[in-house]
Amino acid sequence: MVEGDIEIQAPLLEAVDLTKAFGDRLVLDVERFAVSRGEILVVLGPSGAGKSVFLRILNLLEPPTSGRVMLAGTEIQGLEGRGRVEVSRRMALIFQDPLLFRGTVGENVAYGLKVRGVPAEVRAARAAAMLRIVKLDGLEDRYVTTLSGGEAQRVALARALVIEPEVILLDEPFASLDAPTRRDLQEEVRELLHRLGMTAVFVTHDQDEAARLADRMVLLNEGRIVQQGSPRDIFYQPSGEFAAGFIGFENIYDGEVVSSEEGLAHIDVGGHRIEAVADLQPGERVKVGLRPEDVSLTPAPCEDELSSARNRLPGRVAAVDLRGPVARVTIECPFQLVAVVTRRSLEELGLDVGSQVEARFKATAVVVIER
Amino acid sequence: MIYILRAFREAFYMLFSFDWEFYRIVLLSLFVNGVATIIGSVIGIPAGVALAEFRFPGRKTALVLTHAMMGLPPVVMGVLFVLLLSRSGPLGFMDLLYTPTAMIMVQVVLAAPIVAGFTNASLEDVDPRIGMQARSLGATRVQSVYVKLREARAGLVAAVIAGFGGVVSEVGAVLMVGGNIKGDTQVLTTYIVQETRKGYMDQALAAGIILIMIAIVVNIFLTRLQADKGRQAAETKGLTGAYIHG
Repeated sequence: MVEGDIEIQAPLLEAVDLTKAFGDRLVLDVERFAVSRGEILVVLGPSGAGKSVFLRILNLLEPPTSGRVMLAGTEIQGLEGRGRVEVSRRMALIFQDPLLFRGTVGENVAYGLKVRGVPAEVRAARAAAMLRIVKLDGLEDRYVTTLSGGEAQRVALARALVIEPEVILLDEPFASLDAPTRRDLQEEVRELLHRLGMTAVFVTHDQDEAARLADRMVLLNEGRIVQQGSPRDIFYQPSGEFAAGFIGFENIYDGEVVSSEEGLAHIDVGGHRIEAVADLQPGERVKVGLRPEDVSLTPAPCEDELSSARNRLPGRVAAVDLRGPVARVTIECPFQLVAVVTRRSLEELGLDVGSQVEARFKATAVVVIER
Repeated sequence: MIYILRAFREAFYMLFSFDWEFYRIVLLSLFVNGVATIIGSVIGIPAGVALAEFRFPGRKTALVLTHAMMGLPPVVMGVLFVLLLSRSGPLGFMDLLYTPTAMIMVQVVLAAPIVAGFTNASLEDVDPRIGMQARSLGATRVQSVYVKLREARAGLVAAVIAGFGGVVSEVGAVLMVGGNIKGDTQVLTTYIVQETRKGYMDQALAAGIILIMIAIVVNIFLTRLQADKGRQAAETKGLTGAYIHG
């Protein structure tokens, strides 16, 4: 079917030149945003990046200040009344809090079907089936006030999925859950959305969650799309200081390329020379990033020629911040460098504030984020 | 102290006196206050919903007026209605002054702003995302307001209770537009005033006790509507669980 082919390539949900201003404060300014059918798109960004407003505009809960939103090629922004209802019935939004309505689990799950005029027996059967899918079999008659946080969010999920929306929009739905419940639900939701072939826009500020769920990612900051691509692109090739910093490149330096040969560049950072695997021209000014997880520490002096790390910087431990099983170690060498090591290795190496160390990292760990 | 004991005895006698003259006063009180509360709620609840849910020009002014009217002294409303309904007034042709209908009218005007104000407040208290959630699941505007009303049910019942409380205790307006005509427009509150003036403290206090009993019974009935079914279920379950484990 020719038509089918065309439809697969066209984005299901699309926004063009979309802006939203509150007074004279521009909170959203998205040039182009598109979600393909069947994909899970994660919008990642810090609090206040405009993520929630963006979802509400896509769901027609709020009008944009300017711009267009297209669902399957038809403009939908600013619709009111019956038109809004008809379009919004092709989507469903899940909020951070379950926002369950007073009543039983069954009534909640069946709500979307009820407002669509589905007969009571069909509603009950479909609600029961959906509750099985979210692993809450037989809880139809429970009052929502008796549910745990995780159960409540599963009910919210079932309530949205049961209407079989073309697009499901999720606004940090797991943010208020405890970590193990959150991880379980993330896995389940990803599997479920793919199994049902549903298209999803998932908003979060949590990069681990984004990595776990995303087919594709959009990085949003101060209302603008900073970068989009596969999780791999975003995590390994962040573009710009914000993107790099937000996804965990805690070490970001300005430098100048001194020499470059066969894809290996020598970059001068504050008088020190570091090596990076990148195609750069000598004389170029660049910004490079390094994840603290990619830095290893050894007590100095240490002659260990087996290491494959091309970068070795002597320094002094300036601060140690213990965080459960890992420790963040700040080193002055003399520019500041943050390394994350396990607590065990910290103890084995006998490192503490004032210790002399050597920080090592591979040339491949150094990522050029701006040039 | 002795007064109060005698008043209770008197109240008991009056209740079981089968004195139709007195029963008439009680029944008229119930009728006027009840009808006024019902009509006041029928007007006040939608008005409160409109104030909370829709943004229209003049909304702020309407809200301030509503709140002001909630605290309006009933006597002022009484004067206004006497002027409106008196023979030479604009509604004089209806010939309603000193009738139960006039009493109901003035009490509706007293109850409606109270019900509207409380309805508005209880809806404003519902998480605004509840309405959004309903709409995002496919609800129309009206359906989403209905969801919010269900969430605000306890507040709505409180609004009706407050409306009833406003009129059941009210004496100034019913006295002025009703005239406290014995066997015709006399209600419990005006009867109390009259008996006190005459020095019949026992009767006055007894009528007061009956009035309070009416208020308590009506509130018990309304509060039952307010009870949260979900919470009740949870508590019952908890108890059952305890028994099983015990």
